[in-house]
Amino acid sequence: MEIIKIFAMVAGSFVLFGILGIMSGWVDRKVTARIQWRVGPPWWQNFADFIKLTGKETVVPEGANQFLFLVSPVAGIISATVTGAVLLSSTFFNPFKWDLIIIIYLLMIPSVAMVIAGASSGNVLASIGAGRELRLFLSYELPFILALLVPVIKFGTAQVSEIVRFQQIYRINVGYLSGVIAFVIALLAFMGKIGYVPFDVPEAETELAAGTFVEYSGLPLALFKLMKWILLSVGISFFVIYFLGGFANPITGALKYLFVLVLIILIKNTNPRLRTDQVLRFFWGWLTILGLFAILLVLLGY
Amino acid sequence: MVLDLKKKALKKSLFVFHLSTGSCNNCDIEILDCLTPRFDIERFGMTLVGSIRHADVLLITGIGNIKNAGRIKKLYHQMPKPGFVVAIGACACTGGIFREGYNMAGPIDRIIPVDVYIPGCPPKPEAMISGIVRLLNRIK
Repeated sequence: MEIIKIFAMVAGSFVLFGILGIMSGWVDRKVTARIQWRVGPPWWQNFADFIKLTGKETVVPEGANQFLFLVSPVAGIISATVTGAVLLSSTFFNPFKWDLIIIIYLLMIPSVAMVIAGASSGNVLASIGAGRELRLFLSYELPFILALLVPVIKFGTAQVSEIVRFQQIYRINVGYLSGVIAFVIALLAFMGKIGYVPFDVPEAETELAAGTFVEYSGLPLALFKLMKWILLSVGISFFVIYFLGGFANPITGALKYLFVLVLIILIKNTNPRLRTDQVLRFFWGWLTILGLFAILLVLLGY
Repeated sequence: MVLDLKKKALKKSLFVFHLSTGSCNNCDIEILDCLTPRFDIERFGMTLVGSIRHADVLLITGIGNIKNAGRIKKLYHQMPKPGFVVAIGACACTGGIFREGYNMAGPIDRIIPVDVYIPGCPPKPEAMISGIVRLLNRIK
């Protein structure tokens, strides 16, 4: 019985966050187009892209490690979906202790999958992309975890459902100064996680063609695209739950989701790409100092 | 029915890889014009991609000289099928003023099969869009 429940949860998470993520990806493309004074694609564009890619030929290059090459997109998409399932379970159905730790761990796996994908595809550009992805991954994890620690220290619990409950009783996390700082840090680190523009060093289009995904075609590429979309929707939902008070009221919940999404898109469209060393300095320097400052503030009670 | 859906999706989302085989850059500038606010081909789901593995359409400008004829063939075989080839500009279609050139290996259709020819020196963005529409009508 328990197995069926878990399976239903994961399947539900796949459908829900898949569709939400594809639509979020469309909002991204549309808002980007409007910022550049273009019209932009119609709403079903990302669905069409996905269906088309599933129908294309899958090429496995000669020098690639075939097993890792084909398994890494599946691993990435499974971990992104399970993150969504944990988030759904802990907020709506079946809260359990220490789910925050599980979410942090599961959010790391897609990045690792991308590193493996780049390293196993036997292409020079992809291996450079994999190295850069690894460096990016190492740089954003520290401030990301520091930022997520702030509400944990404030409410004295590492359970997401408890943090939502405390936010409804007292004030949402962004209502505090330390919460605002933590939110900004976590948002920037998350943009590194999904590879959005100021931090898109691993797939820098003008330097590395498509970076870690350079050799992917057909279904594996479609899975990687879907993984990114699911990661986008799961991450934004996590921020809404964790920092902005959750989806208790569906209308304000949707508005919060859109707010975070558009904030990410605006940051993406108004900043040029950083170099790898600049990314490292930004995350380990400024954002880590800011994160320590936020932790100091929350210890003082702000 | 599934095949039908995939064909429909292919019509609505063409990923384009742009290859310049020794052109004078004029056609390339006009191709970029198609992405600007006036024409905005992203409305029809077309995007430029950086890797041939992601692409459905191989746009070729330039004559295709002896040095890069082999690379054109390689790229054509690297493209996942179904894929299409579009020759843009007078040079790619016929050889243009370089027809008698000492390093001429083209025009492109002597190297790889071409689906759509878009002549002009350079062709206008409107001409390119009409060429792509002809290509789309051929996907049945």
